[in-house]
Amino acid sequence: MSFVINTIICLAVIAGAAWAFRRLGQYGTANAPQYRDMPFGVAFGYVLALVVLVWLALAYVASLSSDTAVANKFFFLGVAINGFILFSIAAWLFRMFGCHVGTQRTRKLFRAMPLTASFGVMIILIYAILAIFAPVIAPYGQDEILQGVAANIIPGGDPALGGDPAFPLGTDQIGRDIMSRLIYGAQNTVGIAFATTLLAFFIGGSLGFLAAVVGGWTDQVLSRGVDVLMAIPSLIFALLLMTIASVWSARLGIPLTVFMVLIIAVIDSTRVFRLARAVGQNIVVMDYIEAAKLRGEGMWYLVFREILPNATAPLLAEFGLRFCFVFLTIAALSFLGVGIQPPLADWGTMVRDSAAFINYAQFAPKAALTPLLAAGAIALLTVAVNFVVDWMLHRSSGLKE
Amino acid sequence: MGNVLSIILQRLALGLLTLLIVSIVIFVAVNMLPGDFAELILGQGATPEAVKSIREDLGLDQSLVSRYFGWLGGMLTGDLGTSFAQLNFQTNMGGGAGKTVAQQIAPRFANTMFLAMVTAAIAVPVAVTLGILAALYRNTIFDRAANIFTLSSISSPEFFMAYVLILFLAVLNPILPSLSNIYDGMAFSDRLNKSLLPALTLTLVVTAHMMRMTRAAIINLLASPYIEMARLKGMSPMRVIVKHALPNALAPIINVVALNLAYLITGVVVVEVVFVYPGIGQLFVDSVKIRDIPVVQACCLIFAAAYILLNLTADIMSILSNPRLRHPK
Repeated sequence: MSFVINTIICLAVIAGAAWAFRRLGQYGTANAPQYRDMPFGVAFGYVLALVVLVWLALAYVASLSSDTAVANKFFFLGVAINGFILFSIAAWLFRMFGCHVGTQRTRKLFRAMPLTASFGVMIILIYAILAIFAPVIAPYGQDEILQGVAANIIPGGDPALGGDPAFPLGTDQIGRDIMSRLIYGAQNTVGIAFATTLLAFFIGGSLGFLAAVVGGWTDQVLSRGVDVLMAIPSLIFALLLMTIASVWSARLGIPLTVFMVLIIAVIDSTRVFRLARAVGQNIVVMDYIEAAKLRGEGMWYLVFREILPNATAPLLAEFGLRFCFVFLTIAALSFLGVGIQPPLADWGTMVRDSAAFINYAQFAPKAALTPLLAAGAIALLTVAVNFVVDWMLHRSSGLKE
Repeated sequence: MGNVLSIILQRLALGLLTLLIVSIVIFVAVNMLPGDFAELILGQGATPEAVKSIREDLGLDQSLVSRYFGWLGGMLTGDLGTSFAQLNFQTNMGGGAGKTVAQQIAPRFANTMFLAMVTAAIAVPVAVTLGILAALYRNTIFDRAANIFTLSSISSPEFFMAYVLILFLAVLNPILPSLSNIYDGMAFSDRLNKSLLPALTLTLVVTAHMMRMTRAAIINLLASPYIEMARLKGMSPMRVIVKHALPNALAPIINVVALNLAYLITGVVVVEVVFVYPGIGQLFVDSVKIRDIPVVQACCLIFAAAYILLNLTADIMSILSNPRLRHPK
């Protein structure tokens, strides 16, 4: 209860300070329009932002304090602030790099890019490199159980805490190197999500264009079928189908992951179908399609050589969003224990396996980093993709208001 | 008025039809299971007699169509069948009739509804206010910050948000409990306290969506001529929003709220697992893991029904609040 009262008092103080701030500004600048016309909400916002910034700075200082109880409490804020600053600088440097290196076109692209988008592009590149070269980069195998190594999930490899410098992020409960598993996670989780999205786009895209080109009964049947599939929440439907697939996979000896890719691709292709059909319908009425039809081109040619190239822009933005969605669905399924199966390293499973360590954060904050690292890896990629897509949409819509 | 009524009835009928087709889809999906339910229930070492008795119990000797109608009839009268786990226990250990699926689901359904309502009570006012503010002060630092924050929270997985909240609000600063062990006959304040952290997690996820959509709706509206007119005649910005923009934005906002509550349904599953909240989502995941088909089927149908209902509400609300949709050309 005292927490609520404190919050209310804080808000009241900030409100008072905001009023004083505006008043002072009016006196100090001889009623300059900037202060005269400032709504109270704006003044409140300024003061609130100032308070938050000061508090963050104080918290950062506290995280460096020598008193362990205090330092532990603010350890995570310290890490978050460090990460934020580090990534901002990296994104800025990356943009600088892009502005000066490369062809004229990419340089121009980078110059007009907001910092969030360059951050996104940078993260995506890093993930792609990690995913492709995982076996080269990772020091150990993903399912390699290291003999004679004590399980120690505390990152840092500090021998004083029982760690081993050979394992910078520690080893998990059954003695696998966590860093290697995180790197392989990029390959498995991101790779599988990417393959699933591609499959979803192939199914949804071709059926959507088909519906747009053929129309009539084919269109009706496909559209109503998609409507029905979309009436079931996608995660729920995926879980239902995974239940059934788990029985089949045991019987047929096909890995469950294959079923998962198929199931999620089919569920997700419904959303792609809607978009592809809508975009396709706008293209089908164009004259050049008519001309192609009169030339006697076949369906295959119409869909892939005439419609597809003209629908790339909206489909590409959608691809980013769909990828995020698929990626999160797979992570959620793995987290719930029915997605990507061990021994494949996967971030969702890693979070679930090490989640309990969060409860030790008060005394050993580093122990709680392990589950957050895996979950953070998921969040970072989706945030990055979303930033890039946001920028792409902004650019293509020409919203400059 | 009769026109409105007929439109609503039409939508309701359409919703029911959708639900019926969804139930067929779920039933067919479940019947794609290989082999026999009875073997699935009893495991590998079942005796032939036990298998036979369960087959008769479940009516597996009947045809697919008659089984579907039996199941559907059961669903409509509230008889959701008996869970495999319970059946297995009864057959192998003896003993009287265990809990039916309906008895298992009912209290959990109430818990989940409670969680959803707490979430909605927090999220809707916060999201709408923030959305209006972001629209008002668009392209300022506040708007940018809000944009980055909401984008990040939309794109983070629910369990990441949940663990971050646990870390800061339950472990480092013990303000709220990190486990939601809710039971019957709990005091309301206790219950609220226990379910606040899951509700906050869901709020974070839903608010971001809702806020972005509200912002877009209001910005769309602020470009219309009558807002320009109100501004030109010297109304204060707040009055322009409250008197002119908000009544017209109500339709899209209600739509946004309903759609996001529908989105909640998916979010609830993961969040309930993280916080061990005894809701329907957790039951669903547990049943998926042990392949308890009747429970999975029933939960799936309930989720789908709630989803369809909320989407239907959004549809009807937007028709009610927008005269243009009431008179289709």
